[in-house]
Amino acid sequence: MRKKMKSNPYTYFFLLPAAAVYLIFFILPTILSFFFSMTWWTLTDWKFIGLENFKVFLSEPSMNIGFKNTVIYAVVTSGLKVILGLLLGVFLSMRLRSVGFIRSMVFFPALLSTIAVGIAFSTLMHPSQGMINAALSFFGVAGPDWLGDTKIALLSVALVDVWKGVGIATVIFIAGIMSIPQEYHEALSIDGGNAWHRFRNITLPLSRPAMNTVIILSFIGGLRTFDLIWTMTKGGPGFSTDIIASIIYKQYQAGFYGISTAGNVILFIVVAALAFPLYLYLNRKEVDM
Amino acid sequence: MAKMMAPSSMLERKSNAHRTAKQKKSRTAGRLIAEVFAVAVTILLFGIPLYFVFVNAAKDTQESSLLNMSWPSTFQLMENIQLVFAAENGMILRAFFNSAMITIVSIVLLILFGAMAGYVLHRKRTKSTPFINFLILVGLIIPPAVVPTIWVLESIGLFKTMPGIILVEVALHLPFTVMLYRAFMATIPKQLDEAAVIDGCGKLRLFFSIILPLLKPVSATVIVLTAVGVYNDFVNPLYFFPGAENATLQLTLYNFMSLYSTQWNLLFTNILLISLPPLVLFIFFNKRIVAGMTAGSIK
Repeated sequence: MRKKMKSNPYTYFFLLPAAAVYLIFFILPTILSFFFSMTWWTLTDWKFIGLENFKVFLSEPSMNIGFKNTVIYAVVTSGLKVILGLLLGVFLSMRLRSVGFIRSMVFFPALLSTIAVGIAFSTLMHPSQGMINAALSFFGVAGPDWLGDTKIALLSVALVDVWKGVGIATVIFIAGIMSIPQEYHEALSIDGGNAWHRFRNITLPLSRPAMNTVIILSFIGGLRTFDLIWTMTKGGPGFSTDIIASIIYKQYQAGFYGISTAGNVILFIVVAALAFPLYLYLNRKEVDM
Repeated sequence: MAKMMAPSSMLERKSNAHRTAKQKKSRTAGRLIAEVFAVAVTILLFGIPLYFVFVNAAKDTQESSLLNMSWPSTFQLMENIQLVFAAENGMILRAFFNSAMITIVSIVLLILFGAMAGYVLHRKRTKSTPFINFLILVGLIIPPAVVPTIWVLESIGLFKTMPGIILVEVALHLPFTVMLYRAFMATIPKQLDEAAVIDGCGKLRLFFSIILPLLKPVSATVIVLTAVGVYNDFVNPLYFFPGAENATLQLTLYNFMSLYSTQWNLLFTNILLISLPPLVLFIFFNKRIVAGMTAGSIK
């Protein structure tokens, strides 16, 4: 006994608390969701109804609009975070006096609560009284009804999401760019390359791991988003900004637990079907390099 | 730059050196313009919204309904704070307490459970390791199943309770926490464990008095990430911790949104109060926070 302990002090006993919490409060509900998504469910009582809930979810226009919006939102927010984060990251990697100030200002919103940011921007985007349209009309531009126009409401919320999240993308890019060995830059200046060559041939390819992280994090975050949209539009006007997560909440509130859970299963499938291949694809490219 | 060039002809070197000097001069001017422009844009995009919230939190109701950025004619931030604290029988105090408890206990449990799991998962490789890795990856990607989680909480009597919401927060933050600890374990040499075991150190003492103190940098990261994540969390309390008694700060802010739809000044005061803890954290631990949030991402 004593000898055995000496040779191997690593027992799975240490894993026990984490495993118990994780299995009971995350994995178990996840597995249960596949079953309950096929039931008519009141929490105390259930009746098996097969794929009926999924049919409802996929055929109701008020629900299947969620797919399109979820994907659009994820693509727009992650795309903008990658582009703006990269530009800011490159800029803030230069030795400038204002780097500390700009980085702090851009990063700080990441620490604020989404609800607070959502409320503040709802008032800034107010069509008649909001500051944004007041500023636009000063330049003679008639600003749109940011959150009230069904065509642009989703994009307006996406822009606020980018405002809040671009700081994290930026600091990840800065960390990636800073880790590029100095020799590459020296080699480039010996060969007479300019700033564009440096960006194109050194910064861009060698900050690839950072870029992959930003893409994955912001894309998955975009697919799973709920609180900002819920604070700013509650899915409206109409259903124009409803995403899968907001429909899950609406169905839950209405007491349709089976449909809500079916929505959850659909969200798993959408996230897994898009995120896993993206993850594998990006990692493959990284190895190629 | 010129010094490092391979010597060819004298003339060529000279002209090269001349060009770089000229380039440098115009580049510094260009940089200065770019810098001024960047600072201006940063203030416009990131400073103004914060300033907007601040000045409107200090106005009276009538003035704040104009939603503009002028300085308040009567600066009454303190009065507004008192009003917010008094609202709904001091609900915000209760919310402050709830949020603080949930955040602190979640941090303690995550450090303890996460470090133990990360330690053993790094040191012990068995046939089940790939499966465990898969479960961790699932937790990083897949959103939690809402109503089944409520059902689980209800069946064990933890729905709408503080322990319930804490355990959910811990479960959802565990995958990333375990990953951070496991990655950091690679920097602690295994010989250290062996030496301790030879000296007669037991399993528990090996972990608690030798390994855990060495994991401090990760624990600091976990504190920062969990503090920000759990404190600002809205969705999980909304689902798993409902009820007037159980308000968290984010939930009260959300409820005040409809309650104060005609009193913007109080809504902004509330936003200001809620943003104070992250602001203080940011001022004192700026570097640590940035390091924490990028931790494990560049690897």
